[in-house]
Parts: sequence; C-alpha cells; structure tokens
Amino acid sequence: MDDIQPNAEQQALIEKFLDENKLFLAPDPMIMENHRIEPRSAVEEELLGSGRVDAHKINEVRGLIIAALDESHTMIEQMGVAPGAKWGDMTTAIFTAAGDLSMIAPHGVGGFAAAVFYPIKFINKYWVNEPTVGVRDGDGFIHNDARYGGIHNTDQSMMMPVFWKGKLVCWLSATIHEGENGSCEPGGMPAAAESKFDEGLKMPPFRVAENGELKRDLVTFLQNSVRDPKLQLEDMKVRLHSVLRLRERILKVLEEHGEEALIVTLRQHIEDVVEEVHRRIRELPDGTMRTVSFADSTLRESAMLKLTMALTVKGDRMIVDMRGSSPELLNRSINACQASFKTMLFTGFMQNIWPDLPFTMAVFTPFDFIFDKNSLINGSFDTPQAMSLIPLFKTMTIACIPMAKFNYSLPHRYTAIVAPQYDQPASLIYGGLTQHCEYTGNFCADINGMGQGGRSHRDGEHSISPPFAAHCDLGEIELMEEDLPMVRLGAFTMARDRVGFGKHRSGLGYEQIHTYRRSGLWGFMTGCSGSLFSSSQPLFGGYASPAYPMCKIKNINIFDELKKNPGKFSFDMIELMNTQPFEGASYSTHTMGMTFELAAPGELYMMCQGAGGGYGDVLLRDPALVMKDLEENFISDETARDIYKVVFDAATEVVDEEATARRRAEEREARKARGVPFDEFVKTWVTPEPPAHLPYMGCWDDPSEVYGIYAGQRVKMQGPDLTSQFMLNPKDVRIAELEAELATYRQGQAGGK
Amino acid sequence: MKVLITENLRIDLEKELWECRHCDAALVSARDNYKRGLLVYDRDPREIHKPLLDPSKYKLTYSPDPQWCRILEYYCPQCGSMIETEYLPPGHPPVRDIDLDIDALKAQWRSRDEVLEAPVGTDPPRRLHDHDHAHGHGHDHGARK
Repeated sequence: MDDIQPNAEQQALIEKFLDENKLFLAPDPMIMENHRIEPRSAVEEELLGSGRVDAHKINEVRGLIIAALDESHTMIEQMGVAPGAKWGDMTTAIFTAAGDLSMIAPHGVGGFAAAVFYPIKFINKYWVNEPTVGVRDGDGFIHNDARYGGIHNTDQSMMMPVFWKGKLVCWLSATIHEGENGSCEPGGMPAAAESKFDEGLKMPPFRVAENGELKRDLVTFLQNSVRDPKLQLEDMKVRLHSVLRLRERILKVLEEHGEEALIVTLRQHIEDVVEEVHRRIRELPDGTMRTVSFADSTLRESAMLKLTMALTVKGDRMIVDMRGSSPELLNRSINACQASFKTMLFTGFMQNIWPDLPFTMAVFTPFDFIFDKNSLINGSFDTPQAMSLIPLFKTMTIACIPMAKFNYSLPHRYTAIVAPQYDQPASLIYGGLTQHCEYTGNFCADINGMGQGGRSHRDGEHSISPPFAAHCDLGEIELMEEDLPMVRLGAFTMARDRVGFGKHRSGLGYEQIHTYRRSGLWGFMTGCSGSLFSSSQPLFGGYASPAYPMCKIKNINIFDELKKNPGKFSFDMIELMNTQPFEGASYSTHTMGMTFELAAPGELYMMCQGAGGGYGDVLLRDPALVMKDLEENFISDETARDIYKVVFDAATEVVDEEATARRRAEEREARKARGVPFDEFVKTWVTPEPPAHLPYMGCWDDPSEVYGIYAGQRVKMQGPDLTSQFMLNPKDVRIAELEAELATYRQGQAGGK
Repeated sequence: MKVLITENLRIDLEKELWECRHCDAALVSARDNYKRGLLVYDRDPREIHKPLLDPSKYKLTYSPDPQWCRILEYYCPQCGSMIETEYLPPGHPPVRDIDLDIDALKAQWRSRDEVLEAPVGTDPPRRLHDHDHAHGHGHDHGARK
C-alpha cells in the first residue's frame, strides 16, 4: 500500500471523502490546541480596514453590551438552582461570529466563557453545514464535556447564535457550575472515576433548543442521566432564558446601531487587547523565570505530581513551557486537557497579574505554549478528567511567582504583586437523600473561600474568593440547611496559626465542621491535595501554607451529645481532636483526597479552607502587626515568639521593641551561622533521582526526563515520549500489605512451634 | 543604574552584580544564578508549620511531612536577611528561578530612570468598619477621638 502515489486530483478526492465520512467527531485538535483569536473575517477586514471605525460608537455599543451581559448574569444569579449559581459560579458572554470570546458579564466567572469558545468553534466547523444538524435562528446548544472545551464536566453551557437579516453575527452563552451530572460519585466531580465513562454526562455541543424552546425529549434524556432531575431542568431553563434575554438586548443594539457597529465593536475589543498585551510583554525584561508546584495526591493515593513552568519573555512574545510536568494517569480522574489548562492559566493572569484588562481569551494570543504530549496538563482524550481541578487550581496561581519576578522591576504596576492564593478546592462534596426526600449531589460554596497570598504592600485577605473569580461568595449556611440535611456546627472560624507567614502574611482559611441529620442516606467526599506537602507557595522569602488533613469524629451522634452535655462541644476542631471529649467516639486524620463514603447521622467531618503563601522575610514584619494578629486570634503566642521573633509581655501584650530588635538580630546571626554556601550545599543536598520512598511523577532535574509510576513500579521516560501511567487499585495494595503482614505473622508462629 | 528585581534583590547594571537590597552586599555576577551568592539551610518544615494536632495521637497534624517536603531557606551572607524560600521534596535540585538576559536588560533601562522604591500598583479603596477614613462622598464622620 505504501507505494501508491495518488496524483493531485486523486489526493483531493481522498481528502474530500475523508472529510465527509468521519467516523466520530471527536474533539478537533485544530480547535482545541489553538487558543488564539481567528484572523479577521472578510467583513471584519472590510469594516476595520476601512478607516471608518468610530471609537465613540464602539464605546457606546460596548456599554450597551456590557449592560445586557450584566442583566442576563443577574437573571441566573436570581433564578439559578445550583449552589454554584447562587454564589456566583457562572457567567454570560458574547463572542464574535467566528467564536472568539469578546466580552463577559462584569461579575462573571471568566474561565467559563474563556472555555466556551472551543465548543462554539466546533459548532461553526461541524454543525453549520451538516445537513442533519445546521445552525438556525432560535437554536440553543448545550455542552459540558471539557474535552470539547471547558474546565470540568460539572459546568453546563447554553450557546445561542444571533442572526441578523439572515446572517450569523455573533454567539451568546450562559454557563453554570451545575454540580451533579450523573457521575459515579454524587456532585459531578468524582475522585473515584477510573475512566471517562465514570464521569457521567459527557455532552459535546448539540442542539437542545429550537425556536427558543427546550426540546422536551432531550431534556428528559438528560434528567434521566443525573441524580437531580429537578436541578437539570430548572437550570437548563435558567440558562436558556437568560441567553434569550441577552439576545433580545443584542437585537436592540442591532436595530439601533446596525450590524456594522456590533461586528466592529466585538472585533476591535479583542484586537485592542492583543495589542496591549504585546506592549505589556515588551516592557518586561527578557529572560526566563521558572517555578515548580507539587500536588501530593491523585485523590486515590498519595503521590508527588510535579508541575514545572518556565516562562520566557523575548521581545513581545511570552512562551509558556510546561515540559517536564507529571505524566497523565490513565485510571485517575485528575488529568486536564491543554485547553482547560490554558483557560485556567489565563484566569489566574486575570485575577492576579493583569486584572485591569478586559476579560477575553485574546489576552493569550501573544502567548506560545509548549507541552509534553500525554502529560497531566495536556491529557489525552481517553483520560478521565473529572477532577482536573487538582492541577488546574494550581495552574491558576502558578504564574504568580514567575510573573512577580518579571513584573517587579517595572517602573509602574497594573496591580499589587501578590503571592499565590490557596490553590486547592477545599470544599466538601455531598450526596444522598435530602430531608425533602429528593436525591441530590453537589458541593459546598466553601470552594469560594480561599485565603489570598500576602501582597507587596499589605497582608492577604482572609477567605476572599476562589482563585478563578474575585467575586464569588461563600454562601449562606442557613439557606443550605433548608435544602439539605447538613448542619454546620463550625462555619467560618478563622484557622489559627494556619497562615503563610511573612513580612506580609497570607489571608487565612477557616474551619468547617460538617455533620447531618434527618436523612437515611447521606455521605461526603473531598477532592483536594496538600495534606503532606504545603500547597500554596510563598513569594520573596515568605513561608507557604501549612498542610491540611481531613479530621473525622465517628461512632458518635453529635446531636445526642449536644442534648446530653452541650458544654463538651467546643466549636474548635483542634481542641475537639486533641482533647477527644466524647467517650466511645473514634478520632482520626486523613489526607484530603477522600472518595465518597456514607456517614452516619451526627458524625463529624472537619476540614479547613486554606491560607495563601506569605510574602517576604518574617523578620521584617512590623511587630505591631504581629500583635494585632495575636489580638485577633489569627496566631498563637508561640508563633509570635518563634516565627516572628517578637518579644512581648504575655499578660499585657506589650512589645519590648529593643528586645525584639536584639532577638531578630540574633536570629539573623543564627541564619548566617547555620547557612551553607550554595555550591557546597548543592553537593550534599541534590540526589540523582527522587528518593526511593517517594511515589514521584514528573522531571527531577532535566525536564526532558520524566518519572512515572506504572502499576506500582517507578519508570523513567523521555519527555517527548510520555505514556499514560496506570495506578494499582489502592485496596489491592492494602490487601497485599496485609497479606504480607499475615504471612510474616504466620511464619513467626510456625517458627515458634 | 540599579534595577530592582525582587523584594530582596537588585542588579547593578554597570558592575553586572546581584546585590542584597537590605545591606547592599554584592552577591554574585548578574549573569549567574543569584542563589550561588547566598547561604542555604535545609529546614524541617515542622519547625515552621508546627504540629497543631497532637503528634502522639495523629500522623497528620497540619505540619508538612518532612519525608515529602523540605524548606530551603536562602540567606544573605552579610546581613542574614531571608532572600528566598523554596519548598521541595528532599534532594530535589534547587530551581534556577531567575535567568535574565543582562544585555537586553541594559538596553531596556537605557531609556528609563532608576527606580529606588518599588511602586505598589493600584489598590482599590477600602471601606473600613470604624469609618475612620475619608469617604469622598462629601460627608465627614470626623476623626476618631
């Protein structure tokens, strides 16, 4: 067969045949690997190249569009049923006819919109001219599979074309973090997923509304595929009607200002952003900044998974090199595809580095990316990606450190330099039967309460937001308790001493004490790393967040205990765990990667939302700020003395300034005495490969040599030839350990006879 | 001309040297890894992130596991300031985190004035609980007594 050489005509025929006879329209790499804006269309070229662009008109039209986006977003916020929708985890957006994201709602989660341009481009490419599908006025398309664009499969979008005088002029979208999607564990983010077929709904973009109405047969199919059919129906209606309202407003803009004004505004907006980002990169120093980040869990077992980033600035280009990162895991759910990675990295840039830029993916048009194929953040189509949040939450903050080092020298700044925010989704996921006899599964809004990193000029804010949006809220516990059998015995107590220490400390996370009652079937899971290795990294000599375990008190019904002896309950999880006040209860700590487990009523599941990284040397922290932290119960006396080296009177909390200066000077001398010159240190510190006891994945020194774990054995691969890693079932591993122990015991017994 | 590179470091462009911003010590060539001009200490993370749960009762205590995580502390050899910290698994090679093109940096700063104090950037106005600040709303609560 290899010797057949088709001529040009035959080749064209073959290509036409292949083009028209695709077996399966899987995600298209031409779409999924291209984060840049499209070239101008002929119409855009004619309008923008004509010199007739009126900046005032653009400004006016932009204002109308933003107002319309704001209104449609508020509609979701007011009507949405998913916990994510109630607390801000959603957005509406507008795209050019080609599918490039132009603008989002002012308080929207930009990452959603910055991921939705992929499925819109898929619809443009595959459905517009497909005789069995087509794209018509009044159509609405649904989508949730991150492999076709998206962050993870809990997020469902409604995408709608806008036609004017028979022509497609733009696209609109509405996205909500729905939660429940029929996955193998409730709540839509299954840590237990071992293949993509455990992930529940996997919707490529398809039409679910015609003439502005949902198709009941398809809605029924989707309702039948999830645990919470009410949620599925209600939020499909909410998304559709918010987009229909947005469409109405855009049609008014077209009526009032004409098609040209809309097209020019949408396109000029993103071209301006591209030009501005080129300018911002150009003013940075040329060079390369590197950083590493580690997740310590696959959510099924503890393992060190490395992300390595090298950012290079050369003139007005930015190159993001992620080679050397952990390989993908074929039977674990924490992989992410490169489109999701880019979307989340972009989100982090918008939250921490250039928050003043318009929220459009065009920001990344001047960026180049380099990945190893089959890596954790460039996962292949077949890998499960339901808990992609593990690498993606780190992705949102990873650029803070290298970009701080690029930005520091600038004579002006677009925002304060900030150390990374807490970077794991420390939120309880729940599922079961509610007190209203309805099945459900979702997550708590605590995901929106991460502590911020310390900043160049002040401390980080406590539990301020998720790393993907500045304006999501924590939710009202009382409202949650009306819908769910869960009871929060400890809700927002600041987690004392769990701080990224520094000249400017991080914001703190808070303690969460969860339990439930009035349900015969209820359980919990968490999907979070950072119980062994500090998660959020520090900046410029500060310290990181601590490591956070999950704490449980089982074999107890706390409601009975509260009736019998309420004074025993302290509302402080550290005290509860250390004093163990309830007789007969079992107290235990676990990593924060916990697959779904059923709990008994009144058992306690306790965890913390995390702190960000600290900024700068602890010895430079103003002693008055240390004492303020002490006064506000953010730190203990011991921390003030041992970490910050402040000398004070414990009774009066008055600082002895001179003694503090002496103590700090002593500490600086002590540092000089114990520190070893770098070259000398490296000789004894660096090992040729990861320690044998560490289940390690990713490069060690050379980014082109990557370690993995295949069926329990360490393997070493060349970066360009990564293969998927296969993890053993943790229960099989445990059984083998116990069998080995048993064999040893039996041998001992036999020897004793 | 000196260029601020981090909270703790700057580069003297003429001498092509990394300098400590706290004590002006010259550390190492600006074309080299700045870490080569510093002292390093391998810190057990339990000394900083102290166990909050009783280690005699629990394996996980809020301290990072020292078998998984170490803190490399980098000190200025002259004044003992903490220049950088790095959280790494034991034995992991320190990262060459800053690798600047010094010739390009010199060219870039030919047209810029020296910056002695780093700017902050925009900081949104903040409503304080005690109202002890100017609102800019045209009404004044007066200074707190």
